[in-house]
Amino acid sequence: MSSLAATPTALGDLTGDDLLRMYRTMVTARLLADRFWILSRQGKTHFVITSQGHEAAQVGSTSALVRGVDYVYTYYRSMSVALTMGFTPYDLLLSVLGKRDDPYSGGRQLPNHPSSKTWRMPTGSSSIATHIPHAVGSAYAARVLGEEYVSVAYFGEGATSKGDFHEAASIASIHKLPVIFFCENNHYAISVPERLEIPAGGVAARAAGYAMRGVRIDGLDPVAVFHATKEAREIALNGGGPTLIEAECVRLVAHSSDDNDRYRTSEMLDALKPFDPVARTRARVIEHGLITEDADTAMRATITADLRKALEEAEAAPAADPDEARRHLFAEDHEA
Amino acid sequence: MSEKTISEAIHDALRDEMARDRRVVMLGEDVGFKGGVFKITEGLQQEFGEYRSFDTPIAEVAIAGIAIGAAMSGLRPVAEMQFADYSLPAYDQIVNEAATIRYRSNGMWGVPVVFRSPFGAGVHGGLYHSQSVEAAFCHIPGLKVVIPSSPYDAKGLMLAAIRDPDPVMFYEHKKLYRRVREEVPDGDYTVPLGVAKVQREGTTLSVITYGIGVYWALEAARTVATEGISVEVLDLRTLAPMDHDAIAATVAKTGKVLVLHEDNKTMGIGAEIAAFLSEQCFDSLDAPIARIGAADCHIPYSAEQENAIIPNPQIVTDMVRKLAAY
Repeated sequence: MSSLAATPTALGDLTGDDLLRMYRTMVTARLLADRFWILSRQGKTHFVITSQGHEAAQVGSTSALVRGVDYVYTYYRSMSVALTMGFTPYDLLLSVLGKRDDPYSGGRQLPNHPSSKTWRMPTGSSSIATHIPHAVGSAYAARVLGEEYVSVAYFGEGATSKGDFHEAASIASIHKLPVIFFCENNHYAISVPERLEIPAGGVAARAAGYAMRGVRIDGLDPVAVFHATKEAREIALNGGGPTLIEAECVRLVAHSSDDNDRYRTSEMLDALKPFDPVARTRARVIEHGLITEDADTAMRATITADLRKALEEAEAAPAADPDEARRHLFAEDHEA
Repeated sequence: MSEKTISEAIHDALRDEMARDRRVVMLGEDVGFKGGVFKITEGLQQEFGEYRSFDTPIAEVAIAGIAIGAAMSGLRPVAEMQFADYSLPAYDQIVNEAATIRYRSNGMWGVPVVFRSPFGAGVHGGLYHSQSVEAAFCHIPGLKVVIPSSPYDAKGLMLAAIRDPDPVMFYEHKKLYRRVREEVPDGDYTVPLGVAKVQREGTTLSVITYGIGVYWALEAARTVATEGISVEVLDLRTLAPMDHDAIAATVAKTGKVLVLHEDNKTMGIGAEIAAFLSEQCFDSLDAPIARIGAADCHIPYSAEQENAIIPNPQIVTDMVRKLAAY
């Protein structure tokens, strides 16, 4: 955790309200994720995969993007990205429950694979790293069509072991395409620790091999992440080429509901607690007088009540229609 | 209107569509400055610029993946896999990504990419410049698979493929690139995907085939014509979706079918056609379905060994006689 700063990054051009807004989204993501795991244990969902420990990295970075302009390629852990973009807890619950009105896929794709045409979030795969060349493709399209946007690919450090990452990074850098490679390094690829994934020096160091800018940042501090992403965005738009951002963070829970996490001892999990980005950000906003402890408690109660209501509505929402199961293999006439 | 080879016809289709639609781009290994190892994209970079005919590193995953992302951002990419053999590193991108994106996004995102590849044996290319890979892609929901056999069809099918809203695998037989010439219109026209074509009318039996098999079948048909055997040759042109109506129509007419392809036999396109015939056209059949494909073997380099593996007009002629006599 070499990147983790002793003191948090200064707000810079962010206001206290901006930070408070990010904090609120982080809390919502955390409480919603905790609810997903309960649904999993209750047998109400087939699968959950969540972002506890990644909230600051995701909310901070997505807050620096321009919604509906930039292309945002997510991965299966991007639920805090989705909430920052504007999806609601109700939307995410429809996805987790595989309902007809799941806005990502109509119940087809596994939960937490965001997709939005309006917000330029192309549908995510479950395969690792396959979307990274897609993000470079969007940046290439900007070059061909003369449009001004950046294309962002979110992925874990595990993805940087794959050829897809290497091939995409190489081409993006050769042509200085406007891409941000945003790596959330939680130091585990399911059970395989970073020391068995990456020969030396973390993820950002890989950038040197592509003659690309690489930065390693404190992924537990949404302000640090925001500024690093904003800077990478400006560099990309000004022709400076792609940046590989390594946001160090932690995975506070198992990889997914199909993982028992037994490869990490309870001592190891306890040792992660000081690195909880939600707790750290809470301490900061209280310390800086942006919110009182009472107001924070009240805010959490409101979010919890809203989530309970959203869950009731999502459970009551129509199931996916088996007669629709074979639709959308190919364009329909109105889509062609 | 002038006489063109298949390679010229495909080049013209690409060039015309790039001129007509600025969203159309070429990408792949050697497609840009060099114009492709088979000259299919010759002159396009010089005419349309570095990025619209884009030289990539040797990175098939990225070629396919960048094409997919570009397609989701408004372009109409034609991604060249330099040889069909080398499309296999990109199999994951094509099968797990391009083919699934519309489905898994509930129709929200589409991938209008043409993945084009030279394929096929008979040019002494050895194991890695000779393969037929179409069956592996025909098995995948969400993909269309096109194989033209003539210059006219090659241009019209390519224009239809580029304008198609979904991913299309477009295979060009290397041995046919410069083998035949025919009149090809200069202007814009399309040949619809999914529609087969009767290349020769006949009454005794039908050869259902595609690609270079069409020429083997036509040669066999000419050979046996003087023997009172009248062979109908159905050129599938598109393998996925397959033109089942045309297959049913030809078997209803002749009652006997030989399925022919250069790809190896086991688990191939011919097996699928035979299954369709037995499920849907059993009452039309007057003879067991005959099937010819390459031996279930890799394609060796030496001419003597290669000739021992892949079918040829003589083998087709022998089978036609046998089937006619049944």
